[in-house]
Amino acid sequence: MSDAQAHLQPRVSPLNNPAVRGYIYQGVLILIVGFLGWEAIVNASTNMRVRGIPTDFAFWDRVASFDINQSLIEYTAASTYGRAFWVGLWNTLLVSALGVVLTTFLGFFIGVARLSQNFVVAKLAMIYVEVLRNTPLLLQLLFWYNAVLKPLPNPRDSISLGAGIYLNNRGLVLPEPQFAPGAGFVLAAAVAGVLLALGFRFFARRRQAQTGQILPVGWVSLGLVVGLPALVFVLAGAPLSFNVALLRGFNFSGGVRVLPEFVALLLGLVLYTAAFIAEIVRAGILSVQHGQTEAALALGLTRAQTLKLVTMPQAMRVIIPPLTNQYLNLTKNSSLAVFIGYPDLVQVFAGTVLNQTGAAVQVIAITMAVYLVISLVTALIMNIYNRRKALVER
Amino acid sequence: MDGQGTDLLYLRREEAPRLSAPISVAGPLAWLRAHIFSGWISGTLALLFLALIVWMTPELVRFFLLDAVWSAPDGAACRVQGTGACWAFIERKLDFFRYGSYPEAEHWRVDLCLLTGAVLAARLLWPAGNKGALGRLAFILGVPLFMFALTPGLGAVLREPARELAVLAFGIGLACVLEFGKARTSLVALGFFAVYPPLAVLLLQGSTLAGLPRVDTNLWGGIFVSLMVATVGIVVSLPAGALLALGRRSRLPAVRFFSIIFIEFVRGVPFITVLFMANTMLPLFVPDYLTPDRLLRPIIGVALFASAYMAEEIRGGLQAIPKSQYEGAMALGLSYWQMMRLIILPQALTLVIPNIVNIFIGLFKDTTLVAVVGVFDFLRTIDAASADPVWAGPNIPKTGYVFAAVFYFVFCFGMARYSLMMERRLSAGRRH
Repeated sequence: MSDAQAHLQPRVSPLNNPAVRGYIYQGVLILIVGFLGWEAIVNASTNMRVRGIPTDFAFWDRVASFDINQSLIEYTAASTYGRAFWVGLWNTLLVSALGVVLTTFLGFFIGVARLSQNFVVAKLAMIYVEVLRNTPLLLQLLFWYNAVLKPLPNPRDSISLGAGIYLNNRGLVLPEPQFAPGAGFVLAAAVAGVLLALGFRFFARRRQAQTGQILPVGWVSLGLVVGLPALVFVLAGAPLSFNVALLRGFNFSGGVRVLPEFVALLLGLVLYTAAFIAEIVRAGILSVQHGQTEAALALGLTRAQTLKLVTMPQAMRVIIPPLTNQYLNLTKNSSLAVFIGYPDLVQVFAGTVLNQTGAAVQVIAITMAVYLVISLVTALIMNIYNRRKALVER
Repeated sequence: MDGQGTDLLYLRREEAPRLSAPISVAGPLAWLRAHIFSGWISGTLALLFLALIVWMTPELVRFFLLDAVWSAPDGAACRVQGTGACWAFIERKLDFFRYGSYPEAEHWRVDLCLLTGAVLAARLLWPAGNKGALGRLAFILGVPLFMFALTPGLGAVLREPARELAVLAFGIGLACVLEFGKARTSLVALGFFAVYPPLAVLLLQGSTLAGLPRVDTNLWGGIFVSLMVATVGIVVSLPAGALLALGRRSRLPAVRFFSIIFIEFVRGVPFITVLFMANTMLPLFVPDYLTPDRLLRPIIGVALFASAYMAEEIRGGLQAIPKSQYEGAMALGLSYWQMMRLIILPQALTLVIPNIVNIFIGLFKDTTLVAVVGVFDFLRTIDAASADPVWAGPNIPKTGYVFAAVFYFVFCFGMARYSLMMERRLSAGRRH
């Protein structure tokens, strides 16, 4: 090394080198986090040993010996804690899936209504959004459960909604569908109808792109999806009957009973989330420049066609990302079930199972992991969808 | 050809009288047609909704006003068939809704705490720049009086005039000092984030050293706890969120990694599970002598939860700052922390004030969930009070929930309006 080079490269302490400093900072951070993590583990293992809290997953296969009043899979008090976990998870997924579908419809309807030219409709939609958005979800749930569903009459004085549907303080009683042997054909026809409709849609698009001819996709799809199963249903000799619930003594026998907790939770989640979705939809539609609408109308498209073909496809780009967040929020908010006693994952697993086994760390870790997986999977799917829909800038 | 030279009698010589616009274009009927009966579907919908309003309004007025029970010693009057809302229940339990079981003789401590917090927060949230005379009056008198009306309310002034008026005078005096003393925002922020919290805890919990009797956190409850939990969430999450946001944008991989893990983990799980974790796992993770208080545990959960959400909002603000600002700061020779503290964060935080307010709204609504770990927040006090056998009756829970809904609505709606106003104000500078 020559003197000239040494002169060009002034001697500085390595502590002033940003790269070296970066390593030092990161090293210190890792040490601190590692120390805290180590302390937590050591403390937890001592504390758990002292208090006699199990540290393994042996409880998973032990008999739960408690009942769950709604389960989609077979479950009795003799089932294991692991089985109870699955019951809770399925109940969470059930209420979330139903809630997401219903709240999407309601939210889009209210969002469009909020932009309506119609004074009454727009103002009512606004009041709906403001009231529901600015009060806590828990308050709404408790209101539906304690103030609306609980004071309903007992089964003997049920409110009849017609068609064998009854409403009372034990829930909603629906007729139970009974399938005769031919029902399989109807299901097959329905699936075939959907597939054929999708195929026809694809064909019609290509036809339109090639020749400009517009085929009646809507009517044909309706015929295939509804008409075909209906036809098969009639041909197969109507293989469906309903087991209508009958009042016997103090309660109903037969039929399907939907828990009031489920009704309250679904109602609360759907109405609350719809207010947020309505605002997202409104913002999305407003983000499409007015010139687009005017141009579409000038081309002779009707208002409905303009909304469907011009405004909505562009608005969807703005709507999709926050909409995904709302779906995730709804799923996470379904954990409020614990307040009204609907047996969801948190109520069954992080509630009853935790209290009975005392395995706090394991149970809460599993519960959190489940929600994390749901969140990550949804985020992944939506990112893929988003990338396909995103504006390709040239 | 033959018309030439003759007077064009069919031409009008003077202006015709102006007609008003036809009623099909202007006027109330036209408005109705355009805005209510513009088509079959919307007309039917409007009629349906109007019918709904006409049908419901008398029923609501009857239930909440005409047939309501306004004052009664117990629930007997509210149990009578056909009576409406039971406002007597609210009136009797109001102190419980506001303070929980906090001893009545010590209520002034809560009042003082809330009033100070409200004045400081109002000073921080009030748009910068010179206020008019009306704005000053609203700040000096309006804010303290509003908070004072919420807790302790007029009844307390009648009961304990000297002490409560002293509390009010303190609030107004503080507002005056902040307003006329031209206190710098950074100083007020330091006061709110660093000085106020420990003093508030000392005051609320009491200590023998200061001569204040100790009040166990088991007794805390009501609106006061709801406000406190949400405020702690904001006070902790702003600095913590700023650090996490900087960490997520850091060029050091380990810092980025830990920040992302924390933020995405907390945002991916429901708030209830965070509360469960804070309540059952936290005591296991620390040695016995550090076991957090029963009220502190959910507050830690709230702070963790709020920090993750706050970090994402602040990150949005950081990303909106143009690169030239960073480069300018570095060219001036500022260090990383100087650059962040003096140039970047002030701009980024100002940009996201509306989002911070929205987080506060969400947090305030979410504080209702702390009831799951046994804390008596406002909503829980309502539930507990309506479970009181003396006040059992079909309309009593309904009245309680409506009261809570009105309270939350007024609070959240007001904050939301404020956030909208700030958004408009902040974007004014960038509109061309």
